[in-house]
Amino acid sequence: MSKKTKLTLISIIACIGILFILNSTLGSYQLRILNLCGIYVILALSLNLINGFVGLFSLGHAGFMAIGAYTSALLTMPPEAKEMNFFLKPIVPWLANVQLSFPIALFMAGVLAAGAGVLIGAPVLRLKDDYLAIATLGFSEIIRVIFTNTQSITNGALGIKGLPYIGIFNKASEAIWWTWGVAIITIIFMALLINGSYGRAFKAIREDEIAAEAMGINLFKHKLMAFVIGSFFAGIGGALLGHLMGTIDPLMFRFLLTFNIVLIVVLGGIGSITGSVISAVIVTIAMEALRVLDGDMQIGSYIIKGIPGTRMVVFSALLMIVIIFYQRGIMGTNEFTWDWILKRQKKISEPLNKEKVS
Amino acid sequence: MLKIRDLNVHYGGIHALRGISIDVPENKIVTLIGANGAGKSTTLRSIMGLVKSSSGEVVYNGENILNKRTRDIVSKGIVMVPEGRRVFPNLNVEENLILGAYIRKDKEAIKKDMNFVYELFPRLKERKWQKAGTMSGGEQQMLAVGRALMTKPKLLLMDEPSLGLAPLIVKDIFQIIKEIHKDGVTILLVEQNAKAALEIADYGYVLETGTIVLEGKGKDLLNNDDVQRAYLGEAK
Repeated sequence: MSKKTKLTLISIIACIGILFILNSTLGSYQLRILNLCGIYVILALSLNLINGFVGLFSLGHAGFMAIGAYTSALLTMPPEAKEMNFFLKPIVPWLANVQLSFPIALFMAGVLAAGAGVLIGAPVLRLKDDYLAIATLGFSEIIRVIFTNTQSITNGALGIKGLPYIGIFNKASEAIWWTWGVAIITIIFMALLINGSYGRAFKAIREDEIAAEAMGINLFKHKLMAFVIGSFFAGIGGALLGHLMGTIDPLMFRFLLTFNIVLIVVLGGIGSITGSVISAVIVTIAMEALRVLDGDMQIGSYIIKGIPGTRMVVFSALLMIVIIFYQRGIMGTNEFTWDWILKRQKKISEPLNKEKVS
Repeated sequence: MLKIRDLNVHYGGIHALRGISIDVPENKIVTLIGANGAGKSTTLRSIMGLVKSSSGEVVYNGENILNKRTRDIVSKGIVMVPEGRRVFPNLNVEENLILGAYIRKDKEAIKKDMNFVYELFPRLKERKWQKAGTMSGGEQQMLAVGRALMTKPKLLLMDEPSLGLAPLIVKDIFQIIKEIHKDGVTILLVEQNAKAALEIADYGYVLETGTIVLEGKGKDLLNNDDVQRAYLGEAK
């Protein structure tokens, strides 16, 4: 085993340790935010694969998340709960009595979202830039409208309430292992993918399509592959989000949700796994911390009435500032690597050694 | 090695290539010269399958490769150094070279060829970890050539390798083309720098608005009055 693999294993074990401590010390509100962080890490990485590494500007993420969330919800809920939810129009018989365990349902959520990724990707990936953005945005809205109108499958605008907790044992304390477990798996998967030969081909396509094609890279295959992998993880992220919230309805999967993820990816650095992870955690925590802005504010004796959604203005402004002054985001296209850390360590320890000698 | 017969290419309503025929014999340098918009780059692109040709034949080692998929053409041993270099700017030199060997699976041989490229271009070795986009035009051109060599080509198509480079570096580039040729690579060279191209070429074609107006041995074309008047600006 090489030194780097060892370091990776040690840090994963350290992560698990930290999660264990946090899980037993934090209150339920903080834990919920921590879970949300994990989910946004998954979502940001899946969007970054499509937008950052292959350079396809896709805005259809909310659509894939909706597919994932509804799939997992309908597959895990017990028949009685479904009957209670679908009081306006009964659920279709083939779905009424299905109840799978959580991991299988989660996987199915990813698979169905990936399937949708193939269906939408095959025609749409021939487009480029703004046209691709418009087409994928349209797809996401179409999914939302379909889910609003298929009353007997998705319960329409009423949404679905009472989704089971994340996990197999139906306990709240289990959630963190699923959200961060999947997040860590996603990080490792993406890192391996990006550093392999597929990843290089992805980046080549992002940098220069014609040159990439002239090198013999199959453009369409690689674009579709990235798009499908991205939608798979978006589906899983959406499913986890649904189970964490406990309630889903079509309005939840509006463009604003995609915008949040785009924001995370842009702030973190388009084309950086490390950046996406850091910025997913920061943005998720900030979104909660800035809730103060939504409430009433008192300056001296003057009270400003709170307007819900004020905190989103902060994020929009932040995004504009980043786009204008700091386009590379937190990390640019750089990554955290062990080489980098080891080099740093050497640099710090070298002068110290010299001092000792003199 | 490569025989082009009566090749026609249309861009929408524009008839870009009007039935040209070119021969590239094995182990020779053949050059295609002509002014802007004559159809030089289009010829290379249609050989590579990057543009759809409307009619004609491109026969490579006895097989018609017209309108085949680019990746299949690359795997047959034809590689293009694209116009304007087109290196991958945010990837480092090493990654660019590895991408050149994308269709190859033989890891050992790839490593060997990488060393060969670094020997050919010591500058690239010095800048192994530098992002390609931050290098000078000449270095980028070297990288583009090196990247193409990583595919282990039998036939190398070069699209204006001297474009936008300082005269001294142009000289270097042509020197390198000769070296690559000595290694047994057949070269089809497209150039606006007619003098330099004809000097190293065994055979040349002059292209004008999609038709071949003149062809002959490199040296003969160099001394041809029409060519001199039109491209070399040395009318007697």
